[in-house]
Amino acid sequence: MGSFLLKRSGVMLLTALCLTFIVFFLTNLEPNLEKLTKSEGNMRMSDAQVQSWLQKNGYRQPLIKRYGEWLGVAPGWTRTDAETGKVTGRCIRRAEDPANPPKFCGLLQGNWGFSLVFKEDIAGIISEKLGLTAKLMLCVMLVMVPTALIIGIIAGMREGSKTDRSLSALSILSTSTPEYVSGVIFIVVFSSKLVGLKWFKGTATTAMENITFENFTLPVMTLALYGIGYIARMTRASMAEVMTEQYIRTARLKGLSFPGVVLKHALRNALIAPFTVIILQIPWLLTGVVIVETLFNYKGFGWTLVAAVGNNDIELLLACSVVAVFVVLVTQLISDIGYVFLNPRIRIS
Amino acid sequence: MDRLTASEIIIRMLGQFTPVWIGLVIILTLSIIFKRRLGLYGKLFGSPIGVAGLILVLFWILTAIFADSIATMDPLSQISGMKNKKPGWPVSGMEGHWYLLGGDNLARDVFSRMVKGSQIVLAIAPAATIFAFMVGITLGLPAGFYGGKLDTIMSFLANLVLAFPVILLFFLLVTPEIRSTGVPFWLAGVLFLFPIIFFCLLFHSKFSGQPSKLYPYLGITLVLGLWAYSGLAFNKDPLGVFYMDPNLLNIFVSVVFVNSPTVFRIVRGLTIDIKTRDYVAAAQTRGESPWYIMLWEVLPNARGPLIVDFCLRIGYTTILLGTLGFFGLGVTPESPDWGMTINEGRKLLAVYAHPALPPTFALMSLVLGLNLLADGLREESLRD
Repeated sequence: MGSFLLKRSGVMLLTALCLTFIVFFLTNLEPNLEKLTKSEGNMRMSDAQVQSWLQKNGYRQPLIKRYGEWLGVAPGWTRTDAETGKVTGRCIRRAEDPANPPKFCGLLQGNWGFSLVFKEDIAGIISEKLGLTAKLMLCVMLVMVPTALIIGIIAGMREGSKTDRSLSALSILSTSTPEYVSGVIFIVVFSSKLVGLKWFKGTATTAMENITFENFTLPVMTLALYGIGYIARMTRASMAEVMTEQYIRTARLKGLSFPGVVLKHALRNALIAPFTVIILQIPWLLTGVVIVETLFNYKGFGWTLVAAVGNNDIELLLACSVVAVFVVLVTQLISDIGYVFLNPRIRIS
Repeated sequence: MDRLTASEIIIRMLGQFTPVWIGLVIILTLSIIFKRRLGLYGKLFGSPIGVAGLILVLFWILTAIFADSIATMDPLSQISGMKNKKPGWPVSGMEGHWYLLGGDNLARDVFSRMVKGSQIVLAIAPAATIFAFMVGITLGLPAGFYGGKLDTIMSFLANLVLAFPVILLFFLLVTPEIRSTGVPFWLAGVLFLFPIIFFCLLFHSKFSGQPSKLYPYLGITLVLGLWAYSGLAFNKDPLGVFYMDPNLLNIFVSVVFVNSPTVFRIVRGLTIDIKTRDYVAAAQTRGESPWYIMLWEVLPNARGPLIVDFCLRIGYTTILLGTLGFFGLGVTPESPDWGMTINEGRKLLAVYAHPALPPTFALMSLVLGLNLLADGLREESLRD
């Protein structure tokens, strides 16, 4: 287990480095930097002025050096102005005590940068927004996982029965309904004038302060629906396979009741495969979170990502990407470990 | 003129779809008559779920083909006085014309836009999926067959792309800024090479002992392939036949790029499983080349799961294209692309629901059809 974990973490670290470098490269493309300069300086800057601004602010160093600075493994740049003799530098701008700046100031030192859109420190924004999204995700998981497991177990219990067929058809329908489709339909049915039910609110802006049944149901339902079908199908397949095993037949022949067999013998073995799927669902939900938060105007992590992209807020986008990549990699690791942990038959090579 | 009632709208819409109904009846009748000779496709008619899926998919394919005669109005023209009008509203100044599903916020016909939107989706999604399969198969076969270092490196790269949150990748890859740097062009330059490599290997491994067949096949592949390649990837087709709008190319390449690692993983897994079979050992004993074994022994035997995944993946690609449109990264700002129409419609959802609903149902039914079709195919191919 130890060497497996070590190797797995090593690969994870390498993946994280590669991915953040790719994101760094893609966000620091020439046109993005020009846009940044013009929004920092003024819109009517000439090309020469843009170049000199970029030169002055350390954007003209080699990409790999700047990536190192951003990560916090290379010392931040400093520059002495030839005329005034004033010293500027990456770390001086960010330091609490400008006279005595630290040598390194990157991600590893906890310096996430400053958001141009929100005019705030990024670390604060990210933790606040992640908190909001965590609430949403928690509700989604609480709805999605039990529903999906129950549907999957009931369908897989008696493979080929009418219940199985109709539940499977429902699962397929739910996997064919992306969030932007179900969200729009839900809003029309439950909150618009057209249908007139008006049970729930079509926006979740108020849920940021105070979650109520009225303002949070639609976003949670929208997000959960797309995942339910997928998890239910996995559970069904796994359950159907377990039900054909010898030990189930033995238990039945011993005279145990059908519900008893399902609950005591089949369930535990049937839940190993869905576990991996559920955990891997978390990063997959990210796309859904971005869509749902935009659709319902819930200003969490997904909404921030869209805002960062829309406003060319390079440092905020980088920070969001780091968080997203981190979430993906950690969930992959958890799912690997959990799978091994739950299934003693898996040998670790 | 009066506004149409609900039943009149439905009758008129069904009437507009006449070419589709005729096409459906002809295709289904012919398929049922000849189903014993049609292999896996014929067997599909044994599963009700599969037939339901097939009908939905055929409906949208036929709609895309006959879109020009189905659409009642021009999908782009704005007619004054028709802004946000309810379904069945008569077009002002045009006798005998109605906006069957109402007008959108820019006074365009919602029904015609939905019909025309099917052309965009059904042109891009299957094509992008085919390219992703070419890339995935060409790389996945050797990775699974040879294993070792090659496999480790390629799997790492595939996992790298898979670990990227899809939405983030799209935000970074599909932007107007990135087009001016040329990143999509060199991505296209790499990805579009794979179909040519695939077909060259395919013919070379089969006919390497028969030069009289090998050279014509290779020649045709290279001439056609490189001609299309020059036009599609670099927009330098000397004859100007193959051309892709830079914006469309950007979207297309990104979708292929996102999908190919998954296909790679599936093909690799299937190859590892199949290469232990007896017929592979027999081919090796005969002295066949590795690529012959991969392309003519392993690949045909992996076709079942691959066909199923192909259907699922077209559906997934449709959803991805919708997502792109939803965030305003669609093909062109004016185009009747479903995702973009949903995005425009959702802003006024509380007041006018009718512009947003038709494209949502269209997208859902197409994806549902593909998923049902995949399910039917899976069931029938397992029965073999």
